[in-house]
Amino acid sequence: MKIHEYQGKEILRKFGVATPRGIPCFSVDEAVKAAEQLGGNVWVVKAQIHAGGRGKGGGVKLAKSLDEVRQHAASILGMQLKTHQTGPQGQKVRRLLIEDGADIRKEYYVAALTDRATQKVAMMASSEGGMDIEEVARNRPTAIIKVFVDPLVGLTDAQARELAAGIGVPADAQAQAIDTFKKLYTCYMETDASLAEINPLILEGGVAGKAGNIKALDAKFNFDSNALYRQPEIVACRDLDEEDADEIEASKFDLAYISLDGNIGCLVNGAGLAMATMDTIKLFGAEPANFLDVGGGATTEKVTEAFKLMLKNPKVKGILVNIFGGIMKCDTIAAGVVSAAREVRLSVPLVVRMKGTNEDLGKQLLAASGLPIIAADTMAEAATRIVAAVK
Amino acid sequence: MSILINKDTRVITQGITGKTGQFHTEKCIEYANGRNCFVAGVNPKKAGEKIFDVPIFASVKDARAATGATVSAIYVPPAGAADAIWEACAADLDLVVCITEGIPVRDMLMVRNKMKQKVAQGGKETLLLGPNCPGLITPDEIKIGIMPGHIHRKGRIGVVSRSGTLTYEAVAQVTELGLGQSSAVGIGGDPINGLKHIDIMRMFNDDPDTDAVIMIGEIGGPDEADAARWCKDNMKKPVVGFIAGVTAPAGKRMGHAGALISGGADTADAKLAIMEECGFRITRDPSVMGKLLKTLL
Repeated sequence: MKIHEYQGKEILRKFGVATPRGIPCFSVDEAVKAAEQLGGNVWVVKAQIHAGGRGKGGGVKLAKSLDEVRQHAASILGMQLKTHQTGPQGQKVRRLLIEDGADIRKEYYVAALTDRATQKVAMMASSEGGMDIEEVARNRPTAIIKVFVDPLVGLTDAQARELAAGIGVPADAQAQAIDTFKKLYTCYMETDASLAEINPLILEGGVAGKAGNIKALDAKFNFDSNALYRQPEIVACRDLDEEDADEIEASKFDLAYISLDGNIGCLVNGAGLAMATMDTIKLFGAEPANFLDVGGGATTEKVTEAFKLMLKNPKVKGILVNIFGGIMKCDTIAAGVVSAAREVRLSVPLVVRMKGTNEDLGKQLLAASGLPIIAADTMAEAATRIVAAVK
Repeated sequence: MSILINKDTRVITQGITGKTGQFHTEKCIEYANGRNCFVAGVNPKKAGEKIFDVPIFASVKDARAATGATVSAIYVPPAGAADAIWEACAADLDLVVCITEGIPVRDMLMVRNKMKQKVAQGGKETLLLGPNCPGLITPDEIKIGIMPGHIHRKGRIGVVSRSGTLTYEAVAQVTELGLGQSSAVGIGGDPINGLKHIDIMRMFNDDPDTDAVIMIGEIGGPDEADAARWCKDNMKKPVVGFIAGVTAPAGKRMGHAGALISGGADTADAKLAIMEECGFRITRDPSVMGKLLKTLL
């Protein structure tokens, strides 16, 4: 699960990481009021959407007067913000963050994530803050310092110092940087995050030979969906406007659904088999319209909802059902498919491939239904038939 | 022979009294030598009782002491599953098979590091299969997990996969060709898990009753590439490889928490290329895994 930048910063502050002062807003008037309340003479108006690259897309603007705050807020709120992470259709901006302008002396990068190879928490830092970290990894891999944290021990002082020194934090600011890294690590673990990224982490200008403050100028979080049951404060941050409406609908029925760009809907049991089915559709010349895993305990209702979901997509010109009956019996699924096809008055070609427990019973049910269902024995045959049927 | 389990394996079921645990334990008992293999259950509140004629103990330690069982199967709900894994490790079992899906990643991180620390300090190593896996089977001898027993047939082909139904797909193809399996192992779809492809490939390589292997992977993570590189230098038997997720878009979670493309090297295409380089016979058509394997025998 993802959250907005302003929510991420609230969480960081809770764990003691310094950020600029800021106020989230939902309207232009609120934005101006927020700037007045913050005071000062420089503000940043930031679009809040669940995607990176907002600055490049025109979603982050500096304002040097309240009038400019009003202008920028008006132009950003409601815009379809397009970034490299939103896709070509962009994402509508519904929330803003109005923040104090920062006096940036140097920008860094720091992130925590779980490393599956070492089964430890990786803390990564870089002197190249404010840039796309994947680009840094490609062009200047030596600019990224990594330490692997044993969760039984936590981030040690030595590791935190290695990060701070490795990215060139000036000596008089290193203690602050070390403290920030340790707080970020604690935050990552205690919130069940799967990614906590601060880019940029800044060192402020400072005055009269005194080091400036280390602050998080951005905050990006991803949370482990398996752990949300024990993270009510994180769940409260969920913004359904930022999620795919069909995926939300699917999750209500315990279906794993992701919409894609092709024209063959597919309904499969098991995530691996579902991906393999999508791949087979492509191999035989078409593109899948979705990923849909009905899971292990599919009922007639679940199958019917799955059909409704797939058919909501106007691009769908045909449907492929691929079921490997294990604990779930093929005849149960067949009954579900027949009832769903009738209920939704199915008008696109449907190919069903069934294998495993009660396979013959399932096939008999489909044949006896009188519906124009095309049967197939293997995945390849099923894909060939549905591709031919939609051409 | 086989890998990891056979008809002489004795199993403790943790979570035997829950709905899922009961359902699958009954099927496991009915399969082959299951009646003799599944010798104990664990539930602290029901110690002294019996279910399917299997005695229930208060802890894994008690169950082990009373029955001599050295393997456990876990169906405990996600919130308590990592503790259940640790309980089995603390009782010095040989192998823990964790079926539970949806365990928080942090819990798995903690328990995996505790397991490694125990071994580093000279303690007994307990192998973990899963979590979020279908389990494993040695046909006609024993099945531990949720796979349908009837699609299997005793034979000399090893099958290893992260995904449940995709394992069944490969198993059914092998059975239909009249070949059969030595063992079929589902290692599970979670990012932080126990045994990996490379570990299972090692075991199949050492097993005198396995002639060839089907290795199935998914997008995300370095495991399949690690296994392929190991096989290049060590594997003495032919391997057919398939990776699911060629069509999966980057950054989207495809059902399995582990199946998330994040960098560049863990796409399906990248993994297939590495597997081919390392001498696997790869296919992009999952319908022909069995047939392709038959041509290599």
